[in-house]
Formats: sequence, C-alpha cells, structure tokens
Amino acid sequence: MIEALAFYMFASITVAAGVLVISVRNPVHSVLFLILAFFNSAGLFVLLGAEFLAMILVVVYVGAVAVLFMFVVMMLDINFVEMRQGFLQYLPIGAVVGLILLVELAVVVGGWHISPEVVAAGAAPTPDAASVTNTQALGQLLYTHYVYLFQAAGLVLLVAMVGAIVLTHRKRTGVKKQVIADQLARSAAQSVKLVKVETGKGI
Amino acid sequence: MPMAQVPNWIPAAPELFIAVMIMALLMFGVFQKHQSAADEVRTAGYVSNLSVTVLALGILITIAFSGDRVEIFNNLFVTDPFAVFTKVLVLIGAGVTIIMAQSFLVRHKMARFEYPILILFAVLGMMMMISANNLMALYLGLELQSLSLYVIASFQRDDARSTEAGLKYFVLGALASGMLLYGMSLIYGFTGSTDFVQIAQSLSKDAADGPGLGIIFGIVFILAGLAFKVSAVPFHMWTPDVYEGAPTPVTAFFAIAPKIAALALFMRVMIGPFGGLVAEWQQIVVFISMASMLLGAFAALSQTNIKRLMAYSSIGHVGYALIGIAAGTEAGIQGVLIYLSIYLVMNLGTFACILCMRRGDQMVELISDLAGLGKTHKMLALAFTIFMFSMAGIPPLAGFIGKLYIFMAAINAELYALAIVGVLASVVSSVYYLRIVKIMYFDDVTDSLDRPVEKSIGWILTLSGLFVVVLTLIPGPIMDSAKIAAASLFAG
Repeated sequence: MIEALAFYMFASITVAAGVLVISVRNPVHSVLFLILAFFNSAGLFVLLGAEFLAMILVVVYVGAVAVLFMFVVMMLDINFVEMRQGFLQYLPIGAVVGLILLVELAVVVGGWHISPEVVAAGAAPTPDAASVTNTQALGQLLYTHYVYLFQAAGLVLLVAMVGAIVLTHRKRTGVKKQVIADQLARSAAQSVKLVKVETGKGI
Repeated sequence: MPMAQVPNWIPAAPELFIAVMIMALLMFGVFQKHQSAADEVRTAGYVSNLSVTVLALGILITIAFSGDRVEIFNNLFVTDPFAVFTKVLVLIGAGVTIIMAQSFLVRHKMARFEYPILILFAVLGMMMMISANNLMALYLGLELQSLSLYVIASFQRDDARSTEAGLKYFVLGALASGMLLYGMSLIYGFTGSTDFVQIAQSLSKDAADGPGLGIIFGIVFILAGLAFKVSAVPFHMWTPDVYEGAPTPVTAFFAIAPKIAALALFMRVMIGPFGGLVAEWQQIVVFISMASMLLGAFAALSQTNIKRLMAYSSIGHVGYALIGIAAGTEAGIQGVLIYLSIYLVMNLGTFACILCMRRGDQMVELISDLAGLGKTHKMLALAFTIFMFSMAGIPPLAGFIGKLYIFMAAINAELYALAIVGVLASVVSSVYYLRIVKIMYFDDVTDSLDRPVEKSIGWILTLSGLFVVVLTLIPGPIMDSAKIAAASLFAG
C-alpha cells in the first residue's frame, strides 16, 4: 500500500517535472525541474531495489550533468524565446510523425513472440537478491563476464579526452603563469628599493 | 566469494598490444619538451614512426596468433581466419596512410603527435569491430572507431572546411549509431540475447513460422546503421563533404581502413547471427548495392574536385563489394575479401598520387590541375594511369580480378539483375576514370606541379603499382587466404 503510494508520488512528479522542463520559459527554471525529475527517478530506482543505480543517478546526473547544464545555460548567450518560435507551426507535422511511429511500434509489439527457451537463455542471470547486494552483483558481472566491455568503454572515454584536448587546447602567447621557483628565488634586494624622500617634496 | 579466473587473453594479443602501445606513446608524447614549434614537429615525427612500427608488429602478432575460431572474454570476442585477414588489411592501410601523412602534416603546420595516436585508436576500434561476437562488443568497437574518426576529420582545426567535415560526420554518425542501437535493442528484445551465436540459434528455432516482424524491424535498423558506416546509398550523403573537407591524408585513411573494417563487420553480422535469414535481408542489400553502384557511377561524372570524385568512387566500390554480401554464399564472401584487398592497394596508390598534387607548397585539388602531367611528371602520370585503369576494372590489372570474382559469385547465386547493373555501372564509371588519364596525357600543360615526388610516397607508388600489375600473374596467395577466411566465417 505505502509502496504503491510512493510509486505514484515519484512517478507523477517525474512526469510533471519532465513536462515542465520543456515548457517553462526561463531556462534556469527548466534545469531546476530537470534536477527534480532526476531525484524522483532515483526514488523510483530505490523502489525497484536498485539502490546503486539510484545513487549513481543522483551523484552523476544531479551532481555533474545538471550543474554543467546550468553553467552552459548561464554562460552562453542564447535567446531561448527566439529558438522556440515556430514551435506551434511545426506542431501538427511533429504530431503526425509521432503518431505514425506510435502505430508502427504498436504493430511491432503486437507481433511479439519469443520461444520459452530464449527467455531461459538470458545472457547473465540475475543473482538472488537476498544473498548479494545489488552493488556487489553489478560488480561481479562487470569485472568478470564483461571485463572486456568495461575496458573498451574506458578506451572510448580516453579517446573523448584526447579528442577534446586536440580540438580545443591551444598554446597562448603572453599568458602570465605562476612559477613558484621564480617567486621563491626573488630576494629583497631585487624587489625592494629604498628611496630617500625629502620632506615637502614628492618622488 | 568465488575467485574469478584470469580470462584467456592470448587470442586478443594484437588488440592488447596495440592498446598498451597507444598509452605508452601517448605518455611519451605528452612528456616530451615542447618549447618551440620545431620540438612539436620532432615529437610528432618520433610518435608517427613508432606508430608505424607498432602497426607492423601488430600485423606480425595477428598472423602469429592466428588459428582456428576461438571465443574468449565470455564469448564477447572472437578470432578466426576471417578476422585475421581483415585485420591485416586494416593494419596495412593505417600504417601506409600514416607514412603518407607525415610530410603533409609538417607542411600544413598541423604536425602534432596526437594524429598517429588517434589513428591507432581508430585501428584498435576497427579490430574490435572485426572481432566482435556480441552486439555490445560491436557497438563499443564501432564507437571507439567513429569517435577517433570524428576528431581526425577536424584535425586541421583552423580550417573551416575541416571543422565542418568533422561536425557533419559527427552529427550524422551519431544518428546512425542511434539507428543501430535501436535495431540492436529490438533484436535483443525478440531473441533474448546479444550474443551472435545465441541470436542465430534462437532465430533458427522459430524458423518454421518465419521470423517475427520485430526481428525484421531490428535487422532493417541494423542494416541502416551499418550502411551509413560503409557509406552505401541512401546513407551516403556525408561522404563527399567529409572527404572533400578533411585534410587529404585523412581522406586517404577514411577511404581505406574504416571502409574495410565496416564491410568486415557487415559480413560478420549478416552471415553470423542473421545467416539463416538470407531471404529476408537479401533484397535490402541488393537494393543498396545497386543504388550505390549507380550513384557512384553517375554522380562522379560531373565532379571537378578529385577528392569528391574519390568519394563517389568509393561509394561505387562499396556497391560492388555489397554484391558479394548480397550473394550470401562462401564464394561471395571470398569475392568481397579479394575485392577489399585490391581496393586497399588501389586506393593507397591513388591517394599517394593525389598527395603529390601541389603547386608552390599548396595542395591543388581540381582534376584540371592534372593537365599535362604526362609531359611534366612521366612516372607519376604512369602510376596514376595504372591505378585509374585498375579502378575502372580493365583486364590485365588487379581491379579486374576483384570485379570478376564478385560478378561470378552474383551469377552463381542467381542474382542476374544485380550482376547486369554492376557491369553497366562499371562501364559508366570507367568514363570518369579514363577522363583523368585523358586530361593527364592529352590536355595542354598550364602550370606544372611541384617536383620532386617525396621518397616515401615514391616507394608507396612503386609497390602498389607493382601489386596492381603483377597480381594477375600470381594471384595464388590472396585467393587462397581469402578462401580460408571466407570458409571460417561460415563454419562459426
């Protein structure tokens, strides 16, 4: 009973926040609604018994991605009102495309038939939830069965890092950098000059 | 808690070697002193030479560890003679294009050590694609490759055309990845597995009442994604723009290694998990093959830029290679493998020629700039002529053998219409190949290209020219290894 209540609360707030993300006028508000949607989906994950995913969602999406969006929204000078012009004009055709896709999906799902052996031959059967926590269960799969994919994903991230540096990093001339050694090597004699100032006169 | 066993990694030795060397070279490049532009050029030279060595050693390791089909890493990774054959082609293509790029990069002030490293990353991704035995492994290999390619396309970052090429490639590539993933998720949903062998098994089980609509949807989406990666019509739109905008040595790399890897993946996916459904996907492959050949032939006729011309030419060549896949037989796959080996050498030679097209240290890219080459650069014009004749498929040269095997496979599989369209497209496409020869020998000299041709490019031209001429006399080794490779794809 309480579980069902919690589900409906989280689910309805997630959907409402999702709608608000794309409909509010102020981009900062829309990022804030996005964060609300993330928190509530994390709640849904907890209800499903996937605590690890819930925590990752909060740490990664709320902690990093949403903050990054906030930076982008605040730092770039984009006129969102202008971008949204023509929305109503394109709405009918967009709705038609969406409807066609929906019908197609319905047709595909209607033709769903899977032989029972296929269901049994799952790639990696889920372990008993009572014996291992789900973080441990994920780790046991990720670092054994799927270690190849794990390492490959790491390489993809490395390429992304190298690529970002290659495309954007440039050597700028005339940049003043702090060199600690130079600062320490300075002595009083190099930097302080004593001047005798006569009374009543400037330097 | 049970201890996991250390996986058997020996069959993946080439990939592991290249991955480790990439990181070593990256560290080497980063920790070199870069105080002046000359320092950067020197480091780039070191890293580029070392990368070529790494690729050469990679070929040796690939061949040394070749053997029968082995699946490792929980069946995510597979090696078989097919993988070895295509990996060697990719490694050769990448190594030679790095050598070709060296002086170009220095001349255009973009000699940075990241260039060969990104190429190595792309090669690693391609090898993972070729060896993929699972939809997830396939996707990660493909993304590793594509991400590196997007960056390399816009490597000349101060040039608007190069950045545009990278951006276009990225946006359209992301769209294609999306389609591919959607198809994969449908296949996973309907078969209950991402493993190629298990997909094939579960598809063969419900063979009696035919595959479900969802399976067909999944195959169509996967085909669309793969067709984008091999730039087959109607998913070819990005090719001319990206080939024209990217720096010339990058274009050379794009035209060779990723094409071979993506076609190898195409073969592995179509023959492996969907091998039992040839009747379902054959018509799609026949259509994209015909469309690619025709578009490659007709659209190239009106091109004036040689890089754009090569883009359309490569679309056409992909069309021919797809004929062999459409046949869906062992002979067809053998034909594709032979075609790809010849395609590799012809393109290396042609792009080496294109890299010689400069005047006063500036690259020139118009076909009309070749006017009178037969009088000013006799040897270069001769090499260019050989490659153009071979691309057109004129008998004694290698290009003819490639087309011969493909068309024979199509006729044996009773795809007569496809073979006829292929021959007709081949006739049309020889018009623009021969036009280049005509411009070189019969048009008046306007302004001579720079001399002399660099030594390394001279060697590439000589070797690939010899290969193209001599292959007809001693076709044995390539035919035999392609036969073994093709047989291994069907045995799995």
